Amino acid sequence: MNILVIAEHDKIAIKEVTLSTITAARELGAITLLIVGSDCNAAASAGALIKGVKKVLHVDDVIYKHQIAETIATLVVSLASEYSHILASATASGRNFMPRVAALLDVAQISDVIKIESTDTFVRPIYAGNALATVQSSDAIKVLTVRATSFQAAGKSLLPAPIECLPSTDNFSKTIFIDEVLRVSERPELAAAKVVISGGRGMAKGENFTMLEEVADKLGAAIGASRAAVDAGFVANDMQIGQTGKIVAPELYIAVGISGAIQHLAGMKESKVIVAINNDEEAPIFQIADYGLVGDLFDAVPALVKELT
Amino acid sequence: MKVIVAVKRVIDHNVKVRVKADNSGIETVNVKMSMNPFDEIAVEEAIRLKESGFVTEVIIVSIGNKQCQETIRTALAMGADRGILVATDQELQPLAIAKLLQCIVDKESADLIILGKQSVDMDNGQTGQMLAALLGWGQATFASKIELSEDYLNVTREVDSGLQSLKISLPAIITADLRLNDPRYASLPNIMKAKRKPLAVITPAELDVDVTPSLKILQICAPASRTMGIKVSTVTDLVDKLKNEAKVI
Repeated sequence: MNILVIAEHDKIAIKEVTLSTITAARELGAITLLIVGSDCNAAASAGALIKGVKKVLHVDDVIYKHQIAETIATLVVSLASEYSHILASATASGRNFMPRVAALLDVAQISDVIKIESTDTFVRPIYAGNALATVQSSDAIKVLTVRATSFQAAGKSLLPAPIECLPSTDNFSKTIFIDEVLRVSERPELAAAKVVISGGRGMAKGENFTMLEEVADKLGAAIGASRAAVDAGFVANDMQIGQTGKIVAPELYIAVGISGAIQHLAGMKESKVIVAINNDEEAPIFQIADYGLVGDLFDAVPALVKELT
Repeated sequence: MKVIVAVKRVIDHNVKVRVKADNSGIETVNVKMSMNPFDEIAVEEAIRLKESGFVTEVIIVSIGNKQCQETIRTALAMGADRGILVATDQELQPLAIAKLLQCIVDKESADLIILGKQSVDMDNGQTGQMLAALLGWGQATFASKIELSEDYLNVTREVDSGLQSLKISLPAIITADLRLNDPRYASLPNIMKAKRKPLAVITPAELDVDVTPSLKILQICAPASRTMGIKVSTVTDLVDKLKNEAKVI
């Protein structure tokens, strides 16, 4: 079986989520990695050195600079007939263009795969992870998005895979990129961080997140938030963890002032160790926490910073 | 300008779902059903566009069993103009839903379609993008802000590392994210008024769409549950446990 994986990259390096998707793809067959973008030679070279990648397809054109879903989908569909499976990570980008690819191929799309049972059978969470569905596809081409936290990141190989450059396909001119406001952080990416500390409504205001930053500095952690904290305007939307936000599964997850709505739990309950700090003893988060501390977070978090020094 | 909003009837998002003992599905008997929360946001946005004068008619479409009429009525009570139910007792998958919607969009000559970004039951997040593909239209998914002009839209989208803005020519498809708006509650007079608004019922066969699913659900099971841990009384105790017991720091 030939498997096409569409990479996410920053022009230079391949993102961690793609390394996990490659691990999932290795269970299915021989992997061709598609690197599409503008001025992304370095990413193509990096992709060729990922363990399990047999071939890299590199498509470089300014029309791919902003990864517009319509334009990316046209390219992927033009390549699809050679493959039995097409995989991308279940990120904002993968979720955007993969259903479009599937519809153009007249096949189903399977979202958020967490386990590969066989070449046609996959497991995916439904109802915010409160149930797991095992689905079997009868389509000739299976189009999957993969939940990165369910698969290890692929390692490096010593011998680079061959890189083939391909021409671009049509630009979709009805959708035009205007601008983007990206939050630049020195911290690890949420989806790949070993430690995550998150704040909820209990943080009371945005400035109080500096307390979490101090803990994050000590632990090399990424900082997340519950929907309540984002809706209240404490922090930016890209920090939201949950059913409709980011999915994380770190070694250690510290929930601060988060009550634990099922939608939030959907995004973090696969974490290895969960710590909850909350002044409400009845908060549902304590039901899944390995270590619970009932108390005022404004005392506990500074004390935690001190203890970690 | 006509706007179509598709709404799905789902188990209320506050209900803790239970998997059936034989792993064949989810328990739905005597469970509260509601409009998918993202679809409520989509309905609200369409109504606001009508209130701002750009839109002349808001049409609500739902695909599912007869009870979906209640969900359509809820949207009509919020302020939408009329409804269409594509009645079927079969569980349809996103591609079939997109094909049915495509037929309705063609018939109605709508210029803008707003959908929720995902339904909170199956969590697929596919229908809007699939419909855009079938129609050959532009798509603005995960929208948190929309500005509509005569023949284009400016849309702000929530992406993994921040916000992205797109200019997209009409006709187009938008999928609504959480922060697009706060949906209104329907007032009692409007609920009464909604009962008299037109609601057409058609079938997939009338639209001549093959809705045979290509995915078969073999089983639905409950995830491994986490056991409740312990309470620690001090931060010192907590750090000690994390270092020496869990060994994660």
